[in-house]
Amino acid sequence: MAINWFKYSAPTTFYPLAGKLIPWFAVSSAILFAIGLYIGFVVAPADATQGEFYRIIFIHVPSSIISMLLYMVMAGYAALGLIFNTRLSSMMASAIAPTGALFAFISLWTGALWGKPMWGAWWVWDARLTSELILLFLYLGFISLHASIDDPRRADRASALLAIVGSVNVPIIYFSVKWWNTLHQGSTIKYSGTSMHVAMQQAMFTMLAACWLYAIVIALTRVRSIILDREKNTKWINELDEVRS
Amino acid sequence: MSLDIWMRENPLTYVWIGSYAVAFAIFAVEIAMVVHKRKITLQQVRLMREASEED
Repeated sequence: MAINWFKYSAPTTFYPLAGKLIPWFAVSSAILFAIGLYIGFVVAPADATQGEFYRIIFIHVPSSIISMLLYMVMAGYAALGLIFNTRLSSMMASAIAPTGALFAFISLWTGALWGKPMWGAWWVWDARLTSELILLFLYLGFISLHASIDDPRRADRASALLAIVGSVNVPIIYFSVKWWNTLHQGSTIKYSGTSMHVAMQQAMFTMLAACWLYAIVIALTRVRSIILDREKNTKWINELDEVRS
Repeated sequence: MSLDIWMRENPLTYVWIGSYAVAFAIFAVEIAMVVHKRKITLQQVRLMREASEED
């Protein structure tokens, strides 16, 4: 049976669907966090050179990947909203931005925590670190620009442009360790294979999935509030059970 | 200097408190904010609906 996905691009159909999906994603995320932490701290062995400090990797790498991924998803939604003038796309972009900013912050914070024992410094103006900091500023710029314009449709268009232009920073972050001679290490996991212990890989990918599901839960919950707020004068909102009760 | 010595002696505590506790505290604050925002928005919509019904 074919599913008509375009049906869910309207707030009227997406709102109840998101409400049904949130509990499933939330429970899955919590379970994966528990499994990831267990493997990361109990099963995975200590690193030969970094000892116990390397265990920051299980939150640092997933939050860095999610911060970049969320930016691309946000820019994609913003572009869809700008090109096709679809209301839900712009709402999704607005809902994703704060979570993306938090993941960028966690990435920088945990990176600093890892940098101190390994490099002897909380921060260096390295290409990878600096480009990730720019990503955080881009998120904050998107949020601030959107909040500074009263008309939500105009705010959507203006912030969409910033999101699209800023997306050039994501490949810069990813390739920074290849393009420049950085203090930050290169990719440990490559297409050609990895030297990581299998338990370390399991913990990292489990935490990555947990963070991704967490981001989906928060974005869906936030977009439901945005839909409620923006569509509050419509008939379908006033007929919702949660509004009538 | 004392932090350097402490972190070398307690690496797991440093990792837990410094990164995981902070990350999960941020997640908890974000969840609380999102839930609060939803409650407030629902209240506003209900109030508007009641006001329009009275009119």
